[in-house]
Amino acid sequence: MYGFEALTFNIHGGYLEAIVRGHRAGLLTTADYNNLCQCENLDDIKMHLSATKYGSYLQNEPSPLHTTTIVEKCTLKLVDDYKHMLCQATEPMSTFLEYIRYGHMIDNVVLIVTGTLHERDVQELIEKCHPLGMFDSIATLAVAQNMRELYRLVLVDTPLAPYFSECLTSEDLDDMNIEIMRNTLYKAYLEDFYKFCQKLGGATAEIMSDLLAFEADRRAVNITINSIGTELTREDRKKLYSNFGFLYPYGHEELAICEDIDQVRGVMEKYPPYQAIFSKMSYGESQMLDKAFYEEEVRRLCLAFEQQFHYAVFFAYMRLREQEIRNLMWISECVAQNQKSRIHDSVVYMF
Amino acid sequence: MAEIRGGGGGCCPPMDLMRSEPMQLVQVIVPMESAHLTVSYLGDLGLVQFKDLNSEKSPFQRTYAAQIKRCGEMARKIRFFKDQMSKAGVSPKVILDKDVDIDLDDVEVKLGELEAELVEINANNDKLQRSYNELVEYKLVLEKAGEFFASAHRSATAQQSEIESQQVGEDVLETPLLQEEKSVDPTKQVKLGFLTGLVPREKSMVFERILFRATRGNIFIRQSVIEESVVDPNSGEKAEKNVFVVFYSGERAKSKILKICEAFGANRYPFSEELGRQAQMMTEVSGRLAELKTTISAGLDHRKILLETIGDKFEQWNLKVRKEKAIYHTLNMLSLDVTKKCLVGEGWSPLFAAPEIQEALQRAAVDSNSQVGSIFQVLRTKEMPPTFFRTNKFTTAFQEIVDAYGVAKYQEANPTVFTIVTFPFLFAVMFGDWGHGICLLLATMYLILREKKLSSQKLGDIMEMAFGGRYVIFMMSLFSIYTGLIYNEFFSIPYPLFAPSAYECRDASCSEATTIGLIKTRDTYPFGVDPVWHGTRSELPFLNSLKMKMSILLGVAQMNLGIIMSFCNAKFFKSAVNVWFQFVPQMIFLNCLFGYLSVLIIIKWCTGSQADLYHVMIYMFLSPMDDLGENQLFPNQKTVQLTFLFLALVSVPWMLLPKPFILKKQHEARHQGQSYAQLDETDESLQVEITGGSHGHEEFEFSEIFVHQLIHTIEFVLGAVSNTASYLRLWALSLAHSELSSVFYEKVLLMAWGFNNIFILIVGILVFIFATVGVLLVMETLSAFLHALRLHWVEYQNKFYEGDGYKFAPFTFTLLGNEDE
Repeated sequence: MYGFEALTFNIHGGYLEAIVRGHRAGLLTTADYNNLCQCENLDDIKMHLSATKYGSYLQNEPSPLHTTTIVEKCTLKLVDDYKHMLCQATEPMSTFLEYIRYGHMIDNVVLIVTGTLHERDVQELIEKCHPLGMFDSIATLAVAQNMRELYRLVLVDTPLAPYFSECLTSEDLDDMNIEIMRNTLYKAYLEDFYKFCQKLGGATAEIMSDLLAFEADRRAVNITINSIGTELTREDRKKLYSNFGFLYPYGHEELAICEDIDQVRGVMEKYPPYQAIFSKMSYGESQMLDKAFYEEEVRRLCLAFEQQFHYAVFFAYMRLREQEIRNLMWISECVAQNQKSRIHDSVVYMF
Repeated sequence: MAEIRGGGGGCCPPMDLMRSEPMQLVQVIVPMESAHLTVSYLGDLGLVQFKDLNSEKSPFQRTYAAQIKRCGEMARKIRFFKDQMSKAGVSPKVILDKDVDIDLDDVEVKLGELEAELVEINANNDKLQRSYNELVEYKLVLEKAGEFFASAHRSATAQQSEIESQQVGEDVLETPLLQEEKSVDPTKQVKLGFLTGLVPREKSMVFERILFRATRGNIFIRQSVIEESVVDPNSGEKAEKNVFVVFYSGERAKSKILKICEAFGANRYPFSEELGRQAQMMTEVSGRLAELKTTISAGLDHRKILLETIGDKFEQWNLKVRKEKAIYHTLNMLSLDVTKKCLVGEGWSPLFAAPEIQEALQRAAVDSNSQVGSIFQVLRTKEMPPTFFRTNKFTTAFQEIVDAYGVAKYQEANPTVFTIVTFPFLFAVMFGDWGHGICLLLATMYLILREKKLSSQKLGDIMEMAFGGRYVIFMMSLFSIYTGLIYNEFFSIPYPLFAPSAYECRDASCSEATTIGLIKTRDTYPFGVDPVWHGTRSELPFLNSLKMKMSILLGVAQMNLGIIMSFCNAKFFKSAVNVWFQFVPQMIFLNCLFGYLSVLIIIKWCTGSQADLYHVMIYMFLSPMDDLGENQLFPNQKTVQLTFLFLALVSVPWMLLPKPFILKKQHEARHQGQSYAQLDETDESLQVEITGGSHGHEEFEFSEIFVHQLIHTIEFVLGAVSNTASYLRLWALSLAHSELSSVFYEKVLLMAWGFNNIFILIVGILVFIFATVGVLLVMETLSAFLHALRLHWVEYQNKFYEGDGYKFAPFTFTLLGNEDE
């Protein structure tokens, strides 16, 4: 199959690929970020963004602006673009596009459940949810007391239902439980997405398996680092790692027994793709790890655009846009709080 | 100006459209305090195109970023008002007096106040509306749930009495166990709690399902549909809703149900089981509803009055804000002087505008009470100035046609001058029918006569296009009436307009279809084609031969015109190389081959010779030494042909070879001269640097120039053949047009006539009219237009037109009024 997508891909996917590549040209460039970093206040940022694709979404916002408004409007633009693509898509691309949302759904479920656990207002929580991960009965999640109820009441109607098979316990929800649930769900989601992409075959499978493997490995590292010093057993920890990726299976064995960050580092440096990331950090430091991973991810996502006739560009584009919104949020926060010296700490440039 | 044109144009009389306006790069140094007014006056004048001197700065680093932000904020408020006004159905008043001077600060304050007031009124109204909507929902709940309880009550009592009657009858058979259960029943019912409210209809099924799941089926829910849609109090949008009543038992279930209600956006309302309370609530709610209604309508009236006062001034503010924004954007393009006391601007302006600009600068300085005047000076530059043609409403459309291909290089010969006549003429050659021409003329006369009215209003997409090109269409229709008279076709019917036909039948028996052997009885038909040709068997061969030859004559003439235009350009830009090694060989090549053909055609027409022109042309190349035999048209034809062939062959290397070498030589000579100059003038090193700099960057790659010349030569030589052939489209389209119109006339109109039935006749006439308008007047016009366009863009303009200039886009306010968001 590989190599012959060029014959038929454009019948259904040509228009959307053209659209997504057009959208790609609208991503903020390094020059844009440099200009944004020089802004004195949020109105300057608005003024600069008015020349970009976000212009029409921000133009009717009265000043003074807030960071949340900027982020909200930018996210709205992303969602509108996504919806536009989704309603143009046919099978199997529409399923592929739907898969991109599931990650946000999991995050939203976890957000609401954690929120209700700490007795926050449901409406307030719903406002905080990522609009891409919304589904009909999301607010009902607040009713559930344990995992089983969660599943039975709400999630059985959502696409997340199959991922729940591994975490059906009757234990009452607590912070630890929820975190484990998030990771179990994510594991199932990534594996499912991976399988789906393999089924699609061709360049999509090739590129997506690389991108998803990276995602899975990053999660594995994060799980390890976050679970150091908690009561999570080694076996439980290992259960949360996805069953694919560059680290699978031997890296997982080693990660499962890590007791501090330097051990993690020791494990990761054996793997060429991650060697560069970890060699940049000094020993015992984990602050910059996130940014290093983001930068590596962006680099890989940008590479996805180098090939034609595959779906990974959609995934890459959505991820890049999310990164762009994170960048904008960071810049806006820094500008708003007068911390301009820290502006470069977290901005990941693309292209 | 006239001197420049006369001197440069050489052969051509001074005409505005032939060469674009001479431009100059001007520098304006304006003191800070009068900068705003200066730019405003220059905007009114609309003759300066400012260059962006701050292109390396980002928008918010520029001098007037704050003011632009202010204008942006005001524009936002104005958009808000516009939105509010369109929602309330208030249309802004059209202002007649556009020159009212208003202060921007006042406008800003006023806009701020009005916005605050409007927002407050809206908030109040929203609050009122919300409680109104809540009450409406409550009322519905009271009605529907009341109905439900009443019916439940009725059926319950009926059941009760049934059971009692059963009990009476079957007292003996009853077991004690069952009896006990029944006695428990009423106590359980008392314990049941219930909730009532409204849920959006599309969510109602999911709502019911979740409730059922959450309570493990231990609820009883009743929903009833509300027919008309209700306004949701929270979102303020219309939605279809259901009234629901849920019965549950136990506190835990209640808290769950409450949470689910909240999650589904289901509004709950208290409801009492007692009938008395219900009636009381009902009257209370109705009373408050009526009260609220009057309050809301009073609020809306107030809002409408406010919006109307906004509407009075809206356009004025809108224009002012846009103007200010444009001024500040322009000011941002000027660079700030080192002393920060004045702004320096550079821009292109036409030479003739210099006094006007100076006058505007002075006026601005006086009006703004500035102590120092502005400085206006002309800069010398090597940069290519923009192209600016002063067009009027007649020539604009034609200039647009040319610009669509490419904007003329600065001061290059403008094809528009001839396009004004040749374009509609070539169109008409393909669209020759004076009946159709008159239809077009009437349509376009309507557009032209109502010009004033139509130009002020918004037209549709297609209408806009027709209106923009009204004068083009006007010319096209005039020419097609003319060519239609020559072809003698009026909706495909010939009329002996100028004289009776020159031919007559030998005897009375000869019918129209077989007109062989007519005798010429009068002088030749004076103008155009003799109507007697129509319907004869030899009509097509005759017309085809005529139109084909005519196409070639027209084509050769227009291509010659194109080459002559290239001569005008060479003369104007004083390039002897282009005259001697481009214009002359091209002229010779084209005219020795196709010019000769044209002459042959004319000779054949004049002498009535039977010679075969194809044969002559083809064997002129294949075997030039052969005897011409019967195809000889004039004495010594063979010698003439041999000479022409020789000249044509010579002109090809003439075009190709010398020019690149001469250019190379010129380039080398320039560089030598430069090195001498540098040695001589050591004092004025600055001067040398400037001139040297401009020469130094000029790269000369011989191979590139040569390949370029090669391509040009091949293109011209092959083009001479293919372009001539391309002009045959004139014949082809004109044939298609006349055939189509005669088909419609004969197969529709005449056939319908033949049936002698009034109904069929009416249908036939209708079909004929629609076919004529739809196919002939619209589609054929478009296709003939396109072909005429192609003949101008490709066959005519490629002979001389570079078209790599850029348009003069001055800073002006005139476009602000009609531009949309």
